[in-house]
Amino acid sequence: MTGDIVGIPWIVVLIVLPLTGGMACFLFPTISKSLGLIFALAIFTAVVGLGWQLVEQGAQRYAIGGWGASLGIDLYADGLSLLMLVTAALVGLGVSVYSGAYFSREKAKHFWPLWLLLWAALNALFLSADIFNLYVTLELLGLAAVALIALADGADALNSAMRYLLVSLLGSLFYLLGVALLYHSFGSLDIAILAQRMEPTPAVWSAVGLMSAGLLLKTALFPMHFWLPAAHACAPAPVSALLSALVVKASFYILLRLWLEVFALTDTSLGQLLGLLGATAVLWGGIQALRQTRLKLLIAYSTVAQLGYLFLAFPLGTNIAWKGACYMLLSHAIAKAAMFMAAGNILRFCGHDRIADLDRIAQRLPLTLTAFALAGVSIMGLPPSGGFIGKWLLLEASMSAGQWWWAVILILGGLLAAAYFFRVIGYAFTRAGLTHEVGVVPARMEWAALVLALAAILLGFISPAALELMGIGTPFGGERAG
Amino acid sequence: MSGVFLYALLGVGLFVLGLYALIIHAHLLRKILAINVMGTGVFLVLVALAAGNPDAPPDPVPHAMVITGIVVAVSATALALILMLKVSVATGKNHLSDSTRD
Repeated sequence: MTGDIVGIPWIVVLIVLPLTGGMACFLFPTISKSLGLIFALAIFTAVVGLGWQLVEQGAQRYAIGGWGASLGIDLYADGLSLLMLVTAALVGLGVSVYSGAYFSREKAKHFWPLWLLLWAALNALFLSADIFNLYVTLELLGLAAVALIALADGADALNSAMRYLLVSLLGSLFYLLGVALLYHSFGSLDIAILAQRMEPTPAVWSAVGLMSAGLLLKTALFPMHFWLPAAHACAPAPVSALLSALVVKASFYILLRLWLEVFALTDTSLGQLLGLLGATAVLWGGIQALRQTRLKLLIAYSTVAQLGYLFLAFPLGTNIAWKGACYMLLSHAIAKAAMFMAAGNILRFCGHDRIADLDRIAQRLPLTLTAFALAGVSIMGLPPSGGFIGKWLLLEASMSAGQWWWAVILILGGLLAAAYFFRVIGYAFTRAGLTHEVGVVPARMEWAALVLALAAILLGFISPAALELMGIGTPFGGERAG
Repeated sequence: MSGVFLYALLGVGLFVLGLYALIIHAHLLRKILAINVMGTGVFLVLVALAAGNPDAPPDPVPHAMVITGIVVAVSATALALILMLKVSVATGKNHLSDSTRD
């Protein structure tokens, strides 16, 4: 029995399943809600299947059509891919449950095919072992994400979708030019083969610069975050959750993968620069979040700050630092998805998301506010949440590397996060000057947000097992990677 | 050999030209065209570098990449154009407006 489960090529299933689901939802729009949920559950099960396979057999490589690398396309799964797939599956399942109640019948018809296509692009991206395949999946992801933002009607949403599309295409072209240079230099697109043949030549340096620039633009690292707040704040709530939790992480994943394997020879000055930009993002995002008057914009700026933490691992470059950054990525994804869902509930309930006019949300939407507060605990990095574990590992790494200044940034960032979240929670308890119409929030939307927020806290308790799973196939190298 | 690099440099030139146009023009159609020019530049680099050694037949892999790239570019352009139309219907403007705050 176990042999059968381990024998299934889960890698392929994980790409084919959401793609089929997307097409099914497109062909049968009347039942797209139930179809979407069924496929979401199936994808989640397939991720568990792949996890099992990885635990039993170690890292997996699959040659599509039996061609093998250098001419054919390889798929590859190790602990890092599994981490990303699990993140996508947890957030995806939460968003699927939430969206079943969020969208009207008319919107749902467009949402489900696009969302499952986005999921297919994400899974394919996390499983690609080939830099050109990564480009294709990155483009698929970008196009699906733009279309999802445009689901929210209104001039602001369309404007931000358009800006996001231009930024996304620009980033991909930079990446593609880098791919062209790398292929010319080494005659292969496969990450593992590139890693073996790597040498520092001017063409390679240009490729590293171009690819990093394109990916940083897409990851919205300070100062290239200008497009993110509007796009993430204007989108419908479940889409904001997907964008902040998963889509920006996808380009970060490519950068991380390339950095760990292909760019392994680069010296530390580029790493220091990324760390510096990350630190600025943490502070700048935090200060901007404090200044916002609208809840969704506040959460979007918080994403800018949280993305900064991920880059603090680059100057450190140790095993613990990478694991810390990955733990931050996982817990931020889940907490931020819960937070955007909670914000969506508040928006539905009040009809607006002006922070100062939140009228006694605590009494009237207790589940949603609990979800918001629990997600906030993880974002601030308070124990026992997943965010705390991530920060703790980064702190430990920065202390053992003797670069204590990153630890100062971690603490300042946490304080800023506490400041902006407590401001929201304070307004949620008090009576606002003007009363507003009260909308109905389906219970399903409240519970989806709450369960995800609880999961973000629970991540703090299962960290030993999660860190061990992340290490399958040693994606972060030995004691000192990088 | 130098001919190959001439084409590759031309590709890089197109890329930079497109980037410049993307930044300075506000009109969305010009921005979309600029992205397309940049894409063409990258494709030219790929095809030029595929020729490599003039005696040997050109490497087919970059050609496959260009074909895939063209498919991606066509779909991206189609999405960009329809979004541009929607933006101009919704805002009455054919450029991006910067009202992200209250």
